Amino acid sequence: MAIFNPSFSSVNHYLETLPPDWPGGFWLHWGIFVVIIFAFVMPMIMAFIYFERRGLGRFQVRLGPNRVGPFGILQPVADAIKVLIKEDIVPAKGDKWVHWLAPVVAFVPALMIFAVVPFGDGALLADLNIGILYVVAISSISVVGIFMAGWGSNNKYSLIGAMRTVAQVISYEIPLVLSILGVVLISGSLSMNKIVEAQTIPFILLQPLGFLIYFLAACAEINRTPFDLLEAESEIVAGFHIEYSGMKFALFYLVEYAEVLAISAIITTLFLGGWRGPVLPSFLWFLIKVFGVFFLIFWVRSTIPRLRIDQVMAFAWKCLLPLALLNLLITGIEVIVLPEALPWPIIFLNLAIMAVLVVLWSKFFRLGGGRVEV
Amino acid sequence: MMGLDIAFWVLAIIGIAAALAVVLLRDVFRAALSLILCFLTVAGIYVTLSADFLAAVQVLIYVGAISVLIILAIMLTREVQRGSPSGKLRIPAFVVAILFLGVVSFALINTPWQISQLPPLEPTTAALAVKLFGEGGFILAVEIAAVLLLAAILGAVVLVREK
Repeated sequence: MAIFNPSFSSVNHYLETLPPDWPGGFWLHWGIFVVIIFAFVMPMIMAFIYFERRGLGRFQVRLGPNRVGPFGILQPVADAIKVLIKEDIVPAKGDKWVHWLAPVVAFVPALMIFAVVPFGDGALLADLNIGILYVVAISSISVVGIFMAGWGSNNKYSLIGAMRTVAQVISYEIPLVLSILGVVLISGSLSMNKIVEAQTIPFILLQPLGFLIYFLAACAEINRTPFDLLEAESEIVAGFHIEYSGMKFALFYLVEYAEVLAISAIITTLFLGGWRGPVLPSFLWFLIKVFGVFFLIFWVRSTIPRLRIDQVMAFAWKCLLPLALLNLLITGIEVIVLPEALPWPIIFLNLAIMAVLVVLWSKFFRLGGGRVEV
Repeated sequence: MMGLDIAFWVLAIIGIAAALAVVLLRDVFRAALSLILCFLTVAGIYVTLSADFLAAVQVLIYVGAISVLIILAIMLTREVQRGSPSGKLRIPAFVVAILFLGVVSFALINTPWQISQLPPLEPTTAALAVKLFGEGGFILAVEIAAVLLLAAILGAVVLVREK
């Protein structure tokens, strides 16, 4: 609320919701956190790029970048400088305004997600009481940017990439939101900070199926490799950003990693207990968990080959959606029937339910079976 | 309340300009993008009215889903850049639109709106949930809307099914 509405009443309300030992007033808090978010996101993206390229090298039994600086640690910096001084090319028959605006429209929402991510107890830009809904809403804008890129380039491969994105993102948004609802039901709040506070045991143990569905759907939403059909090199060259170069291409590259960072941070917050943890300071726990989730994401990337478009769509509608609905139903029953039950029986019950459901669905559900249908 | 006034006027002007652009732009794709801007300013106005849940849902449904579907439909049509040339009914349509605008403006200005003196509810989600699903709430309307949407989906499936 307060981030959009700097009227006096909301300032007072906002100051009341701040932790008492927090320094400064509303605008100071705002300014500090904007700086913190930038200082967090940009180096983290650089670190992710380095980490992923080195890690992928390991997975593929090669070295990865190791020439620039010690252990190749300056490779992202060198790449950034290279990309900044490249020529900016705009297609002659493209829609120039749309082509220019697209990277910005894609980048801004990816950055805005971090406004509600708690780095520590109460350490977030705005503790919206609709936190997780805000995240879902804002991240749905990014697809418009990808769309504009595909259209403004006036290139058939760009357009195919953009069309694939739309089909994919709209389909996977439904299981994504349904799997979040399980967490919201247990914690009883939409606020990201309250969700973390409610996690005396990480929700991944109470919601194993929800975590699995969210993880897969999020990988599809941000177009990570098993689902990266919008830029499938073997089919459509580079997809939506085929006509982009220089700084604009760099922005799309940043968007890709900013979204991965955002998804890692949200999975950390929703399922892994956010900043909670023993001994170490809270922001360090947050960082460790974010890196853990990111490692899982690119582990999946380096292990599983790319799916076909019909397989991707079938997986969303025939597998993830029914499982997400069942998960929501089971969670609802558990919250109503066993509100005060001991955690351990519930944890084992949920793990058993997840195992049974996943095995069951993998038995009577086939991906395409060689037949191509969309 | 200065900040709120400024926010309202900025959002209102951008919103109306975007809405006009939707109608006046020849390029249908750009018109759809203006529609997205218009939806976003409406969400901004909801925020200034302390309706944060409604604002997030507005962005999620209208920007994230409906606009994207509109753009998808545009991509499946031909000769988008030439747009939709206006037909013979241009003048009558203009007259009807002006009449409608006049009636709506008249009704808006002459209605004695009741303004609550209470501070806005914080948080809004619980109150909304009670209104929608609680006793004496609007659960019937919610259910009817759901059935209506299901009927629309079934209709679409029947229409496109191969014989």
